[in-house]
Amino acid sequence: MFDIERWQEIFDTIRKNKLRTALTGLSVSSGIFILVILLGFGQGMQNGIAEEFKEDAATSLWVWPNRTTIEYNGLNPGRRIQLRNENFETITTSMGADFEKASMLYFPRDVKVVYNNDLLVYNVAGTNGDLQTIENEYLSEGRFINETDVQQNAKVVVISNKIKREVFSEVETPIGEYLTISGAGFRIVGVFGEHGEDEGEEERMFVPITTAQLTFNGADKINNMNFMLPELESFDEMVANNTAFTEQLSRYLKQKHNVSPDDDRAIRIWNPIQEAKRFFSLMDGIKLFFWVVGFFTIIAGVVSVSNIMLIVVKERTREIGIRKALGAKPWSIIGMIMHEAIFVTSISGFAGLIFSMGLLELVGPHVEVDYILNPSVDFNVAFSTVILLIIAGTLAGFFPAWKAVKVQVIEALRDE
Amino acid sequence: MIEIKNLHKSYKMGSNSLHVLKGINFSVEEGELVAIMGSSGSGKSTLLNILGMLDELDDGSYDLDGVPIKDLNETKAANYRNKFLGFVFQSFNLINYKSAMENVALPLYYQRVARKERQEKALKYLEQVGLREWAEHLPSELSGGQKQRVAIARAMAAEPKVLLADEPTGALDSKTSYEVMDLIQKINDQGNTILIVTHEPDIADMCKRIVHLKDGVIIEDKKIEQVRAAQYVQ
Repeated sequence: MFDIERWQEIFDTIRKNKLRTALTGLSVSSGIFILVILLGFGQGMQNGIAEEFKEDAATSLWVWPNRTTIEYNGLNPGRRIQLRNENFETITTSMGADFEKASMLYFPRDVKVVYNNDLLVYNVAGTNGDLQTIENEYLSEGRFINETDVQQNAKVVVISNKIKREVFSEVETPIGEYLTISGAGFRIVGVFGEHGEDEGEEERMFVPITTAQLTFNGADKINNMNFMLPELESFDEMVANNTAFTEQLSRYLKQKHNVSPDDDRAIRIWNPIQEAKRFFSLMDGIKLFFWVVGFFTIIAGVVSVSNIMLIVVKERTREIGIRKALGAKPWSIIGMIMHEAIFVTSISGFAGLIFSMGLLELVGPHVEVDYILNPSVDFNVAFSTVILLIIAGTLAGFFPAWKAVKVQVIEALRDE
Repeated sequence: MIEIKNLHKSYKMGSNSLHVLKGINFSVEEGELVAIMGSSGSGKSTLLNILGMLDELDDGSYDLDGVPIKDLNETKAANYRNKFLGFVFQSFNLINYKSAMENVALPLYYQRVARKERQEKALKYLEQVGLREWAEHLPSELSGGQKQRVAIARAMAAEPKVLLADEPTGALDSKTSYEVMDLIQKINDQGNTILIVTHEPDIADMCKRIVHLKDGVIIEDKKIEQVRAAQYVQ
């Protein structure tokens, strides 16, 4: 390895066989180059998809009760489950769960909304201030329901943009106007809108939950509970956190309401992050696809390097014979050919690696296409690929060299 | 110098065995210039292979400068070849990407001679064959006769005990052949032992002894009056 004479001999050979060396080097470095770029864009696509769905992957979850479907503790199926304030309080205060926002909804039945003697057909829902964040609603005017409203059973109402447009087109602002809901007057304090949703979602007006329960004979009934969990660094952590919370929630509610642990239909918990997770499995599929393509690229690289080594050795059979006649030991010939092969493939392999990784570093951050973000490649993966190609090239060169060394010298040299 | 006794060699060709050398007895003294003649298939190439340690004998014995050549592994054979033998081939067999000087220096590389000394020695031998000023040229830039002279210089560079030439003039016209033979005779005059395989009678006549092979046996072995090649060379 550190035999200076050997190195000189190899450099002589390389210098005087520029074309052969250049072709071998080119095939190795372009193989590495293509592979790294491919893997880089595979990673970029993964990053891109992760980014697209990160925005949609709400960390919220929705809980609503239904009828039981399984007989449990002597109770017949078909029993309607009713959530109550107590449930919400237990969850928010004593379960020790890690969530950021929590809201409940009460939908009073048979309420009449009247404005200026006109009967309005909109839904009324009681809730608290956190709902705004959880359902991602924006404020056009005024304010949303707040904690003070809830504590003081304030007779205030927040209406949607749609209601404002349809009912209050003649006044400058609906803020300060009064709506009569089931005989009680509610002062309008704010107007909200929904992001990106169609207007069907804007059919509602919100009043404080406590007011709704008191005024509309709701007692302590609630219809929905919503929670928002914190955003975490990694998506997997978020999924894990979400799943853990869902299970905790489900266990508590089922126990509290005498529902069979297997009866998932009695209490529904909708978990959008689980939906997002499906997209991530799709992404795993894409990743696998890129690996398969990458793998075959490596195979193609190995084959082409092997091919070139085979041709190189074939071309040198005569030279091998001459060297042998001049007293070269078999291993010194094989060693020389291997030495040269390893040298050329390493240099060109790492050149391809550096060039492609440099390109990814330079261009990667500027790629702004949907679903492709910051293409990059794991250095270790690329490095091992280079090593693999070197080993493959060496092995591919070894066997024909071994065969060439075994050839009868006189015969090999006589045939032109 | 060379002592061969009852040499047998056969090759397996499928189920048949081809008996190529059928009991050769043959010895060469130091300083001899021997022509080995015979038609193709007479076994002269096989004999040269065995003499050059490129093939193993089946039966009999072969001593080279008192060293029995027997059961050699590849490495040992390579060592002996490098130390004892110089080869000259019909098709020159110069390495085409190396200059004349580098070709001549190559056997010295395998003797682990340092680079500088190799080059000096190579130039010395090129001088001897009259190609000093062609040292930096590639084989493709040389004529056939020049190539063969480079090959002879290369064979001599390792200072071998025996020079084996396999049809050294086979690819050359007669004028160039005589020039090469003149060179070979001069090298022989310096006391080197040389064996030439040839089928050209005029080339054989320029040696000091002719050995005729036919069907694997020596049918004639005679010392002759050497014809000097110099008289044909201006």
